[in-house]
Amino acid sequence: MTNNWVDIKNADVILVMGGNPAENHPCGFKWAIEAKKTRNAKLICVDPRFNRTAAVSDQFVQIRSGTDIAFLAGVMNYMLTNNRIHKEYVANYTNAPFLIKEGLLLPGDNDGLFSGFDPQKRAYDKSTWAYEMGTDNFVKVDMTLEDPRCVFQLMKKHYSRYTAEMVASICGCSKEDFLKAAEMISSTYAPEKAGTIMYALGWTHHSSAVQNIRAAASMQLLLGNVGRPGGGVNALRGHSNIQGATDMNQTHTLPGYLKMPKPEWQSLKEFIDATTPKKLRPNSMNYWENTDKFMVSMLKAFWGSAATTENDFAYSWLPKMDRDYSWVYIYDGAYNGIVKGVFSFGMNPVGNGPHSKKMVQALSRLDWLVVAENFETETASFWKAPKEYDPPAAAQIKTEVFMLPAANFAEKDGVFTNSSRWLQWKWKVVDPPGDAKADQEIIGRLVLKLRELYNKEGGKLPDPVVKMAWNYSNPVSPNLEEVAKEVNGKVLEDFTDEKTKVDYKKGQQVPGYAVLRADGKTLSGNWLHSGYYTEAGNLAMRRNPVDDSGGLGAYHNWAFNWPANRRIMYNRASADLNGKPWDPKRPGIWWNGEKWVGDVPDYKPDYKPEEMIGPFIMNPEGVGKLYAVEMNEGPFPEHYEPYETPVDNPLHPKVSSNPVTKLFKTKMDVYGTRDKFPIVCTTFRLTEHFHYWTKHEAILNQLQQEFFVEIPEELAKEKGIKHGDRVKVSSARGSVEGKAMVTKRIRPLKVAGQTVWQIGFPIHWGYAGKSVGPLANTLTPTALDPNSSTPEYKAFLVSLDKA
Amino acid sequence: MPSNMELRRISATPSPATGVRTAPTVAKMIDTTTCIGCKACEVACQEWNDLFNADIALEAPSEFGSYQTMPDLTANFWNLIRFNEHVEKRPDGSEKFHWLMAKDQCMHCEDPGCLKACPAPGAIVQYTNGVVDFQQEHCIGCEYCVTGCPFDIPRLSKKTKKVYKCTLCTDRLAYGLEPACIKACPTGCLQFGTKEHLVQIANARVEQLKHNGYEKAAIYDPPGVGGTGVIYVLGLGDQPELYGLPNDPHVPWTVSVWKHALKPIGSLLMIGALLGTIIHYVRYGRNEAPGMRKVDREEV
Ligand code: SF4
Ligand code: SF4
Repeated sequence: MTNNWVDIKNADVILVMGGNPAENHPCGFKWAIEAKKTRNAKLICVDPRFNRTAAVSDQFVQIRSGTDIAFLAGVMNYMLTNNRIHKEYVANYTNAPFLIKEGLLLPGDNDGLFSGFDPQKRAYDKSTWAYEMGTDNFVKVDMTLEDPRCVFQLMKKHYSRYTAEMVASICGCSKEDFLKAAEMISSTYAPEKAGTIMYALGWTHHSSAVQNIRAAASMQLLLGNVGRPGGGVNALRGHSNIQGATDMNQTHTLPGYLKMPKPEWQSLKEFIDATTPKKLRPNSMNYWENTDKFMVSMLKAFWGSAATTENDFAYSWLPKMDRDYSWVYIYDGAYNGIVKGVFSFGMNPVGNGPHSKKMVQALSRLDWLVVAENFETETASFWKAPKEYDPPAAAQIKTEVFMLPAANFAEKDGVFTNSSRWLQWKWKVVDPPGDAKADQEIIGRLVLKLRELYNKEGGKLPDPVVKMAWNYSNPVSPNLEEVAKEVNGKVLEDFTDEKTKVDYKKGQQVPGYAVLRADGKTLSGNWLHSGYYTEAGNLAMRRNPVDDSGGLGAYHNWAFNWPANRRIMYNRASADLNGKPWDPKRPGIWWNGEKWVGDVPDYKPDYKPEEMIGPFIMNPEGVGKLYAVEMNEGPFPEHYEPYETPVDNPLHPKVSSNPVTKLFKTKMDVYGTRDKFPIVCTTFRLTEHFHYWTKHEAILNQLQQEFFVEIPEELAKEKGIKHGDRVKVSSARGSVEGKAMVTKRIRPLKVAGQTVWQIGFPIHWGYAGKSVGPLANTLTPTALDPNSSTPEYKAFLVSLDKA
Repeated sequence: MPSNMELRRISATPSPATGVRTAPTVAKMIDTTTCIGCKACEVACQEWNDLFNADIALEAPSEFGSYQTMPDLTANFWNLIRFNEHVEKRPDGSEKFHWLMAKDQCMHCEDPGCLKACPAPGAIVQYTNGVVDFQQEHCIGCEYCVTGCPFDIPRLSKKTKKVYKCTLCTDRLAYGLEPACIKACPTGCLQFGTKEHLVQIANARVEQLKHNGYEKAAIYDPPGVGGTGVIYVLGLGDQPELYGLPNDPHVPWTVSVWKHALKPIGSLLMIGALLGTIIHYVRYGRNEAPGMRKVDREEV
């Protein structure tokens, strides 16, 4: 979230799209209700199904799954043509005035492709997308926004194709509903109004996932809604600590979103040079200039005294990513015999990966699999998967499976980082049952054993493990407060900060990431979390209920909010050029004549307004991006059909789907076409269950008793299906059977002149647990977003029959 | 029955009861326009009242095609969110779809038909705060309360042959806590307080709704039963039946007749109770060990 849960109550307009917070985040959703009750906020819900959020919304628009970009682009076109944008904000706080080189072709002029597409490689050469640089090495701008090659004019042209008629034709909604929603959403263009967006996996589970969010961010920038109380683009995270997991590590990033090394960056210098952005405008703060400090401090946290200036702070011990190692690729690697072993902690790949049958096959080709879990999951028991999953005969599976009973969240202490980016300490409630151990003990024991083996037997590359800093008072089961202190960071050698002249003493906890150094005198496991365990103690334990923000719900003394305890990111944009809040009733930060006050400024506190330093300090542009060269399918979001689509793209039938979708090549990676699979299908979650866990819990099984398929009344009639009948849903990859839930909540859609049906079913079931049922992902495709590598779980093609 | 709660009325017993002092009438407000059907209240009810019994799931399969946990209330499921689909025809000819979620439970009537109909002395009581509570140890299982209730709430347990319903968490109220459902509701659509105060809040909300697209918003507090201890804010207030609520509930005339017949000859009450016991005996056989409620529940 750019903002936070409580801040939703400050919104005048709440757009819920690609998410269903009433269903999946009922506790957080209270703030949307609060906004409705206390400030008559309008709630707009745009979704393929009339869901629990829609039930309490002011305006609902039903769209076809996978057409969100068309909808948002349509809203932007409506705003641009009706002059409903926040002009001062757009001109000064976004890259609207930036000029783009000559040679860029937009998809409207190029059969659905941006310039530079290479069909063989299925990738773009982005050279024509670049900014036009001046002789001063900064991007050229036109502050009048009139140059035909400035982002603003290009954007107007690009989105002009998304008329209300086109949106209706692509999304399958009525033109009137769309216009009503566009009018409501765009009402926050007035400087004193603020609108927010709540989204979740309904945007990220698509082959154009990242562009969905880019479109939303662009819309919010045009409305001047980013960085302000009641505004922002807010991702609702689906697990209590998934934000923490994302912050701490992924296979494709290092902690704190530092880039993962590539083989061509063999030295630390090469890494720093390649990953530290250069300022693109003279007034850009470009905070990532500090990449070296964060990286070296992280290496010091990993390898302690073994990381020295002489050995490049042990940079060479970090793995170098020679290909995509993200989630689906790991298991594709297992399927192809490249990946030999998998540790699965709190993760159920057979349940949550796309294409369950392929998952079962992949795991059965491993040498070993370690599952640390509370329950025996589908993954732990993949070798006894029912016959519908076509598992190899158990006797032929060579995978050695280790099931390690693990403590659950209430059986261990630690920190949860929620959607609001709050690090909240939690305390153990009960001891884990039986032999179950906390994760840190499982890992601690593994580390010690591996070290012992390396020391005894040697090995190819023992150093990363043998020399790892593991200086905990109890190395078998590290105390998590000690780990927290390490994550925050500490001083390793006395120094005086060059800028502030403050002395720091060896052994001291650093007060925040601003003092981290590239010379090895500090360590910090994750610069972004730095500031949470300082000399003042563990700030994640704070529970001060006093709202110190005059009713805006910032609660600065509740837990710790990364970065730097800041409640709203990019908050410089909450004030006008002179430093006055756009809305005096909802100030973020403001200039008091000497410094910025209010929330913790996302800015240098003493930058004078007249210095005009850009408010988006993490972007080398210094401003928010309406145009982003980093994207792999184009600098502007464009509507591409889901990889499996019921119609040709009405905008450009020759390039229907995202041309750079990541696909897989094994014989199991099959994709369906509309002749055999004419119906659009989507998957969703239910309030009553949590993921694949709670089917192990009887009282929740009572609330939603079995797997079902939501079917529009009209389609059911056509197929002779009644409530409660058993139906079979098939995709190119497999089929599932369950009870029909015939409903008015999904309606037939008119798409590009023809009737398109949508159906959907919940995840949550599987073959392990007390309530068994089919795995939803039996049907989902291995087609991934080209930027994030997220599978397209939310839009694929199926057929429907009475079972 | 918590010992610190005073009584206003007792079934099959001449009123007034022991209540010499008055207490403010308490109530629960359900704002259906902010209910998201999350069922936190269902779970809270099951857990606080020790009602959970896995068998019930099997008795009530989800075959009726709804998100609703089960088709109806049962002897060990006292708090049910009903999910109703409704297509509203708007005056301008357009259609608006509604998914109406409404919490169904005992209404704690000011004038409780169940209590009036009950022939067993002490089986149903009304406390001075207005809460209507069943005392299973005195219940004879005749189901007259079922007939008497205009909201179709009490349910007879097949196992214990006694009738059960929401107690408004009397055992929490007695110690200053709010009912479990209120505590669990994440959106604040459930509120608890004095009836007087909640009526004010509900009226204010209705006014707000009228300005926000619900021209027919209204409060549901039916006068036919003297008002209820559970009041609703309905978005489509002119059609309570869309939420599963009777339009104009009254205590059935049969019950009133039965009460009138009894009044002049109070001593006949005892005979009534006796009669009830006989009926019970005839219908179910001897009630071996009535036992404590807690035990009953485990067997339900
Ligand atoms: S709703 Fe029925 S059971 Fe509840 S108090 Fe009224 S009459 Fe009695
Ligand atoms: S807890 Fe509240 S919001 Fe949830 S179903 Fe019950 S009444 Fe509705």
